[in-house]
Amino acid sequence: MDLKKWLEAPAADVSAPKRPKLNMLRGAFTRITTPLLPDDYLHLANPLWSARELRGRVVEVKQETATAVTLVIQPGWGFNFDYKPGQYIGIGLHLGGRWHWRSYSLTSPPNWDEKRISITVKAMPEGFLSSHLVGGVPQGTIVRLAAPKGNFALPTPPPEKILFITAGSGITPVISMLRALDRHGELSDTVHIHSAPTEDEVMFADELSALAEAHPQFHSHIQLTRSDGKFALASLDELYPDWRTRETWACGPASLLEEIERVWKHEGLEDKLHLERFEISRADTSGKGGTVTFAKSDRSTEVDGATSLLEAGENVGVQMPFGCRMGICQTCVVPLTAGHVIDLRSGKQHGEGDRIQTCISAAAGDCTLDL
Amino acid sequence: MAISDIKEFAHLTEADMEAFGRELDAVRRDIEDSRGAKDAAYIRRTIRVQRSLELGARIVLLGSKYRPAWLAGTAMLSVAKIIENMELGHNVMHGQWDWMNDPEIHSVSWEWDQTGPSEQWKRAHNYSHHTYTNIVGMDDDIGFGILRMTRDEPWKPINLIQPLANVLLAMTFEWGIALHDLDAKKDLDGETNLPFWKSASNRQFGRKIARQVGKDFVLFPALTGPAWKSTLTANATANLVRNLWTYVVIFCGHFPDGAEKFTIGQFENETRAEWYMRQMLGSANFEAGKVMAFMSGNLCYQIEHHMFPDLPSNRYAEISERVHALCEKYDLPYTTGSLGKQYLLALRTIHKLSLPDSWLRATSDNAPETSSERRFRTGEVPAVHALRIDPMTGERRGLRSAIAEARVTLRNAKKEAKRQAKAMRRTQGE
Ligand code: FES
Repeated sequence: MDLKKWLEAPAADVSAPKRPKLNMLRGAFTRITTPLLPDDYLHLANPLWSARELRGRVVEVKQETATAVTLVIQPGWGFNFDYKPGQYIGIGLHLGGRWHWRSYSLTSPPNWDEKRISITVKAMPEGFLSSHLVGGVPQGTIVRLAAPKGNFALPTPPPEKILFITAGSGITPVISMLRALDRHGELSDTVHIHSAPTEDEVMFADELSALAEAHPQFHSHIQLTRSDGKFALASLDELYPDWRTRETWACGPASLLEEIERVWKHEGLEDKLHLERFEISRADTSGKGGTVTFAKSDRSTEVDGATSLLEAGENVGVQMPFGCRMGICQTCVVPLTAGHVIDLRSGKQHGEGDRIQTCISAAAGDCTLDL
Repeated sequence: MAISDIKEFAHLTEADMEAFGRELDAVRRDIEDSRGAKDAAYIRRTIRVQRSLELGARIVLLGSKYRPAWLAGTAMLSVAKIIENMELGHNVMHGQWDWMNDPEIHSVSWEWDQTGPSEQWKRAHNYSHHTYTNIVGMDDDIGFGILRMTRDEPWKPINLIQPLANVLLAMTFEWGIALHDLDAKKDLDGETNLPFWKSASNRQFGRKIARQVGKDFVLFPALTGPAWKSTLTANATANLVRNLWTYVVIFCGHFPDGAEKFTIGQFENETRAEWYMRQMLGSANFEAGKVMAFMSGNLCYQIEHHMFPDLPSNRYAEISERVHALCEKYDLPYTTGSLGKQYLLALRTIHKLSLPDSWLRATSDNAPETSSERRFRTGEVPAVHALRIDPMTGERRGLRSAIAEARVTLRNAKKEAKRQAKAMRRTQGE
């Protein structure tokens, strides 16, 4: 048998990408720490040395506006800095004994030399975690991280002509793209239309004007909606008559995105449009249920608020793991990848990133299971 | 025959039974609502203590050639293994800490330091044992297929060696469990007829055992070089100590007198409230201080664990007060006693039931280890009809009083029989 493989084998499930030597060492050590990993001991000394999952440490907290902060995070072992500008990460924060999980766009450009990443979070009245993040995370806080993902990203090389349309915190994936373009000296013919209610609420305002100054071909259009009203897409023809020739990325509230989608479709420009839906999905507690999607088996079904997800899956022929069917054995536990569900016993809500017992959970709005 | 009508056995009306269930649902809700940072800190601290102990033990054992080091290292390793097995492995895999949403302390991902793979244990234990608790013929944990622990099961000649089998089981407990779980897993997956090497469960089992045995009996001894022999004996001793302790804890939780058995008939139409009742009547506690409770993985609160297997172990003490109060209210027995007493009762059953039924006096309706609602019937009249409220206090007089009365009646009957026999002898002598 291949010696390298044999050495790596015990730690293979949780290997650090691109660190073959480290993996081998961990594998070899695992044989004496079995069933634990060497990291299970090491992270008693340093929580970042956990390899069951990515971890990070908050090293800096910057206030962007009154309601938004940037967290600079130093990821632990195994983080891959080769993400694409515009992608998002999952982040977990420990609050009241429980890890809360959310996804945020990365605002740092990839391959940033300092081996750090940043996210910018705007407080949402309904977002429990975002208000907490903005309200104050102490420096040094350890967070859980998930690898960057998402298709809302710039291709390499970037297109020659770009249009960005953002509103509110929809600017976060785009600032990452702008920073990356700037760093590579590729910020050429680009228009960025950004809406915010007032001047104080424009995130990265200074940076945007600095970019505009440095790059004559970059146009930053700021729309202050409280004083100037909503940005009218119809005015594009007048302001940027070549907008149809631009590859477009848009991110913001659903109403804005719907409008953009309609206009671009009407013009036959769907191919040139990239959207990122960004709104906090909220649990539907009306008890009406929703659409359950089983991601791996590529099936979905409409259910009411009283049907367990286990039954829902079985009804459409998904191989659901189960045991007691009454919530005591944990055989049926699967990760919830999107949306919300409700625990039928306690009425408690679970959201994205939680692992749930399908036999005692029902859909609270649309949701997706990793099955 | 074991209990086939739990309402009648418990001396509860339908309405009382439902009310009993609702009160327990409220207990669950209260605990769930109050889980928080303090509980999370508790389990993290436990993990830290366990890992430090184990690490420390391994270091001390490097000097295991010297007697004091051997003793200290072995003691530390035994304690570490016990904590890992009970308070961590058993409880984490029950999902008691899943609410924290921490992938490192989660029922799905936890693997324990025991011969059997945790996945197989979860199937057999969390599912089979905790769903079909004490249902004769469905819960294989009644005697683990090795011991006859209730006279609801027919006697076989092999049971004669039960006293010996018991000692062997105790010493190799983790292996007994591992094999038991493997069988359960193969049964469930329909793998029973596959050739040995084709079964995925067998392969999973083999891999786990190779690692476990390799670690404790090959790698660590080898690492200590010339002291390999003393390290080997230290590791073996620690495993033995852990086996004996978990065996005692588990036997005290399931086999003292008063831990009742049930029939499939009872299970088939069971309500949620009756499920709680079955868990409660089927388990037994033992009295423990804080340290012993911790070392038993809080399974000194076996009754509470069986009612709420997925609530955090550090809350069982508090839950037990509420369960105890419910027992007072509904006049139900709360089976508990000192560790020694509970173990001796289990031991008595093991030895007694190695004998054929014809040698035993009590019937399975009225024996120390199993009884049924029939023991309270006068003629064919169900006991629930004889529900009584104490005219003086207005309190319910339920199962607990009924058992006490049945005992007095039995004692009186025995006395009476003796008296008559004596009288007879006297008249014959005259
Ligand atoms: S099937 Fe047992 S907990 Fe869901």
